[in-house]
Amino acid sequence: MAEVLKKVKHGVWDVFCVEWIWKRFCVDNVYKKFDKWKGWLYLSPAIILLLIFTVWPIFNTVRMAFLEDYNSLLANRPGGWEFEVGFGNFAKVVQYGEFTTCLTNTLLLCVLTVPLSTILALIIAVCLNSIKFLSRFIQTIFFLPYVTNSIAIGMVFAAMFSVVGNFDSGLVDTYGIINNVLGWFGADPIDWMGTGSYTIGEFPWPSYVVMVIYIVWNALPFKILILLGGLQSVNKQYYEAAKVDGTSRTRVFTRITVPLLSPMIAYVVITGFIGGFKEYSSIVGVFGDGMGPIGDAGSLNTMVGFIYDALPQQQLGRASAAALILFGIIFIVTMINLAVSKKKTHY
Amino acid sequence: MKVELQNLTKIFPSRNKKSGEQVVAVNNFTFAIPDGKLVGLLGPSGCGKSTTLYMISGLQQPTAGKIFFGDEDVTELSPENRGIGLVFQNYALYPHMTVKQNILFPLQNLKGEDKMTKEEMLEAAYHAAKLVQIDELMDRKPSELSGGQQQRVAIARALVKMPRVLLLDEPLSNLDARLRLQTREEIRRIQKETGITTIFVTHDQEEAMSISDVIVVMKLGVVQQIGKPQSVYDDPKNLFVAKFLGTPPINVFDGRVEGGKLWLGEDCVLDVPGVEDKPVHVGIRPEGFVPVDDGALVCKLSNVEVMGRDVSIVSTHAASANPVVRSIVDADYNIKVGAESVAFALKPHKVFLFDKETEERIYFGNQKPSDNVEEN
Repeated sequence: MAEVLKKVKHGVWDVFCVEWIWKRFCVDNVYKKFDKWKGWLYLSPAIILLLIFTVWPIFNTVRMAFLEDYNSLLANRPGGWEFEVGFGNFAKVVQYGEFTTCLTNTLLLCVLTVPLSTILALIIAVCLNSIKFLSRFIQTIFFLPYVTNSIAIGMVFAAMFSVVGNFDSGLVDTYGIINNVLGWFGADPIDWMGTGSYTIGEFPWPSYVVMVIYIVWNALPFKILILLGGLQSVNKQYYEAAKVDGTSRTRVFTRITVPLLSPMIAYVVITGFIGGFKEYSSIVGVFGDGMGPIGDAGSLNTMVGFIYDALPQQQLGRASAAALILFGIIFIVTMINLAVSKKKTHY
Repeated sequence: MKVELQNLTKIFPSRNKKSGEQVVAVNNFTFAIPDGKLVGLLGPSGCGKSTTLYMISGLQQPTAGKIFFGDEDVTELSPENRGIGLVFQNYALYPHMTVKQNILFPLQNLKGEDKMTKEEMLEAAYHAAKLVQIDELMDRKPSELSGGQQQRVAIARALVKMPRVLLLDEPLSNLDARLRLQTREEIRRIQKETGITTIFVTHDQEEAMSISDVIVVMKLGVVQQIGKPQSVYDDPKNLFVAKFLGTPPINVFDGRVEGGKLWLGEDCVLDVPGVEDKPVHVGIRPEGFVPVDDGALVCKLSNVEVMGRDVSIVSTHAASANPVVRSIVDADYNIKVGAESVAFALKPHKVFLFDKETEERIYFGNQKPSDNVEEN
């Protein structure tokens, strides 16, 4: 039980639920001491809430996904509506024009941001760990993005990258702080938040740059926290032993620090991928619910965005099918991650 | 390699800045460790023996004093440039590497002229592994080894670079009693075979006595006595050393000297010519008691423990500073059944007198201080 829960803890379920079950059933066998019925009584508020808000929606999602053309308007007619059972919703999702864009965006953002943020977090954590002066204060600063609202951060990012005025004609009030700073090094201004620097329909690289920077920056604090915690629990004597043997700094990092941290690294990579596949609010935060620069709306749309878009159209069947596809992808990637980390992590 | 410590001192700044109280971990330690010897630093916890070891290794910088390896002043050198091998108390084997990788690790760090080819490295690693008899376990991870095997791997890793000095921090403390016995002989053998000057730290006097060429007894950062194990045992310089060495421990009595005679309570037990009249601490080794019917020291018998080879007589005496007086006598001696008391004569060379105030040794009769350091 404990083992299974530990694995699930890596993210397939809601972390909160699993923590809760873990504490209730596994820690010190608290459960055994309880009278059986009293135990269930105390559990009932949580169980009832979980049944209503977690178990039933999951069940219902699966049901809706397999009912052809499921549509809440039809389903809520007096007397109900008979839907046929089949894979039609899945077929529709895959055929939908936006689906490929959403899927590539989701995958690409994952592949770009997760390794980048993990490597950066590792470097920063190692640096933070070696700083003595004001270490607590600096650690707090690095943790601030974690407690800041992602929409607010997104707006600040948008403000930093935005070009105010008409980029194409050159009638511009300001090119934004980022362009100005880049300008000091002689770089030409780029229309980060608009469509002025690429052809619509092609790969929207300026918006991608903004999103990658934003997502990486936003993902750093949690990863730094985990890795720093891991670093601080590494036995100092390994480093003393390495010092006696005259090990160079790079070798200490690659041969000792990284292998000893490998369980934590695996953890942040797996949770990072799961979070990455659910990327949505960050894009809304920066670009608004147009999910892309004005003039090229939807070019940054993701899988979650795709699901969300289907809801106002009452296309619950399509949304459910897309949700199941996303779940399948996350599940497969997590399984691959776990399999790889089993081979690569030590202990 | 001769290791020389000159006025070595380590002062740790106080944690509490207000009180400003400093901790003197090692105080003015001067000693020359002869080449190729096995030296045990011995003392209770917190006496500064580990700090001394870490200063020799270079992991800690001395506050004052100098360290010489041969004629070379290494005080300012970093650990990797000193040519030392260090075995940590908990071994500090890299858990993610196999035994082979662990032993190879120090060699792979070598740069410039010292750089070795892969074949040379493997040869050196296998040589070191053979020396500590773990060449069969080269592909295992540390977690798949027993404590004793891990210890050997740690020693092999320290030895593989052929260090000038081998340092061992509490090498046996993580092993069980039987393994400890075996491993300490192993360390002795390895040291003899390699001829590397070896310094080890221990709080276990038996361990230190059994394998060291020289022991250094420390207390609160101050060296109490340096010498061959047997001569330190036979001729302790003060009460602390006398109490610290020997199992079972020495029996301490409150005594007094009156007219050249030593009195323990109401018993006049020994002639102590040449000692002025004053109260003294009296230390008597357990083997210093000879049970005879008309013995001068009469103790109340409480228990007799038979240990096969010899017999331990547990008794009480009014002047004893310890709750019981423990003496070890030959198994041939038969205690009378139902006897309430036992009388002992004392062997003069097993009786030590110490000043009541300074706890320094007072020599009497033909007892003479031995200058055992120079004998090396």
